[in-house]
Amino acid sequence: MDIQGFRILDCALVAIATGVKAQTLRELRDKLKTAHPGCFFYHFWGGLLNPHFDDPEFQNDFAVWASRSLNDSGISEKFAVIDPYAFENIEDVRQELIEVIEERLSQTEFVPWAKTGHEFHFIRSQIVVFDTGVTFLEPTEMLHAIPRMSLGSIFYHFIDARRRTEERKNDLSLWLAAFGDTYKKLIEDLDNIDPFFISLTRMRREITLAFNKHLKVDA
Amino acid sequence: MESLLEQYAGIVGHEVIDHLRQLAGPLKGMKILHVNSTKEGGGVAEILNRLIPLKRELGIDAEWEIVTGDKDFYQCTKKMHNSLQGNRDDISPSLLETYEKTNVHNYERLRDKLLGADVVFIHDPQPAAMISHCSDRRNRWLWRCHIDVSRPYRPVWKYLREYIRQYDASIWSLSDFAQPLDQPMYLIPPSIDPLSEKNMALPEKEIKEYLRSFGVSRDIPVLTQVSRFDRFKDPIGVIESYRLVKKYVPVQLVLAGGGASDDPEGEQVLNEVKDFAGDDPMIHVLELPPDAHRAINALQRGSDIILQKSLKEGFGLTVTEALWKGKPVIGGDTGGIRLQVIDHFSGFRVTTPEGASMRIRYLLKHPEIRKTIGKNARQFVLENYLITRQLREYLTLVVGMVFGSEEKIELRMHER
Repeated sequence: MDIQGFRILDCALVAIATGVKAQTLRELRDKLKTAHPGCFFYHFWGGLLNPHFDDPEFQNDFAVWASRSLNDSGISEKFAVIDPYAFENIEDVRQELIEVIEERLSQTEFVPWAKTGHEFHFIRSQIVVFDTGVTFLEPTEMLHAIPRMSLGSIFYHFIDARRRTEERKNDLSLWLAAFGDTYKKLIEDLDNIDPFFISLTRMRREITLAFNKHLKVDA
Repeated sequence: MESLLEQYAGIVGHEVIDHLRQLAGPLKGMKILHVNSTKEGGGVAEILNRLIPLKRELGIDAEWEIVTGDKDFYQCTKKMHNSLQGNRDDISPSLLETYEKTNVHNYERLRDKLLGADVVFIHDPQPAAMISHCSDRRNRWLWRCHIDVSRPYRPVWKYLREYIRQYDASIWSLSDFAQPLDQPMYLIPPSIDPLSEKNMALPEKEIKEYLRSFGVSRDIPVLTQVSRFDRFKDPIGVIESYRLVKKYVPVQLVLAGGGASDDPEGEQVLNEVKDFAGDDPMIHVLELPPDAHRAINALQRGSDIILQKSLKEGFGLTVTEALWKGKPVIGGDTGGIRLQVIDHFSGFRVTTPEGASMRIRYLLKHPEIRKTIGKNARQFVLENYLITRQLREYLTLVVGMVFGSEEKIELRMHER
């Protein structure tokens, strides 16, 4: 069987302000209805490629804002567990966020609000994807290359791939699957890397560990 | 001799530099011009001093020009700066006329370069009006705002906005600062240069020598604020904090200010600070020349805690510098300080002199916490606020402007 090599792509992201902001939970719901679709990708994943403080508690910006600025841990927790890849498309994610807010608003006697200067700012992003010109024909060739992959490559093949591929999986697992059962255990380990709550640097380390565990000759 | 990029690879890793080289591939030979108002003093000049050679090393034909003007021009642009940060400071028609005429004069002087570049970055309000004189331009112009414009004094912003809306795009340090405009508004925080004299590692002997020369003892804890003598930096509030601390703990305060050639108000504020400090031998008010980078580096490294108790702040690069040196920072809860100073992780954010004094006393009492915070702080800057990250975002933005405005741009090999 002729299996195509794995081409390493890379990407870089720049954030773009939309000028839309919300100060109360109700405003957040209303602005979500018309927010640019790109905002959802940015607020769930964009932070990984953007300068920010890696919040140890929450992975998405909606949860961070609800916790830090609205001081509403209940809705923050509901936001935090939303996995955008569990939904068919962005519109479903938008709807889920709105429904979570509706539910909260129906339970509370007052509308949670943030202090002036602590509003939620809707941000979208632009991503440039480029080919590094590097192709690997065999998985073993990647052992030494993965620790040197840029964080942009990790993002593209492990985060972006989940919205890009039909199987909602990372690119490496899909490529390894073409070799039949040979790399079944490695694929399982790669699929089990939880992209929530870790930085791209940590994700690169976990991918490296999985490759070393299964492919290193002296392993 | 090692190239600049190779020197950075030693700090940020080779993969980061390879990434920059590949991203810059489609931009090789492109002419990019930056224009601001000073070559010395202030964070903008410091960053441009290094960004330009880095872009050149990546094959981009980058240049840097400055606009010049008389005392009235700088008085006007200082008022603009203050008003954009929220001061209700009306600008007289005669000063605005000087601003406009100075921009015409500078446009005529720089015309060939401005029209010959593929992309022009105009920094801050000083050169912003030049755009209105080149209606025949075919290149792309971006306005880079380094100021906190979250709550501007409306009449001044309305005046300036007539110029800004003529740009193809604008760049802001934080989303809170971005004003509604009908153009792409990119968000790119600034950065520091780890190889510059202000941020490079220094021998302990040199640090000691600098402190000695300023009369600062290493036997008593040192608190330092490095910033221009500007009311928004709240130097008076810093002295008040120090006085509250010294009731309990012996401590010294260093207020070190470098002047910038486009800031006419500095001297007046400096005199106010000196008056307020009085003859307290433990307060060291230092006027440093714009090129005193090693001295500032040594002061930051020789300090126990760094303060940046600003009431308004653009981004606060002095905070980034201090974090890079592994120092906990007590900063005002404003602007870019919010992005950098995270309570208990890299320092503390405060809103009053009383709040600052409590946090200072807490940190002085717990050296082990100072150490942990310092370690976090350095790693945080390494991953987020070094110049290589800012360069990456500038390159991404320019690629985006040249190759399309879609959310995702996929470059084929031949385009690189």
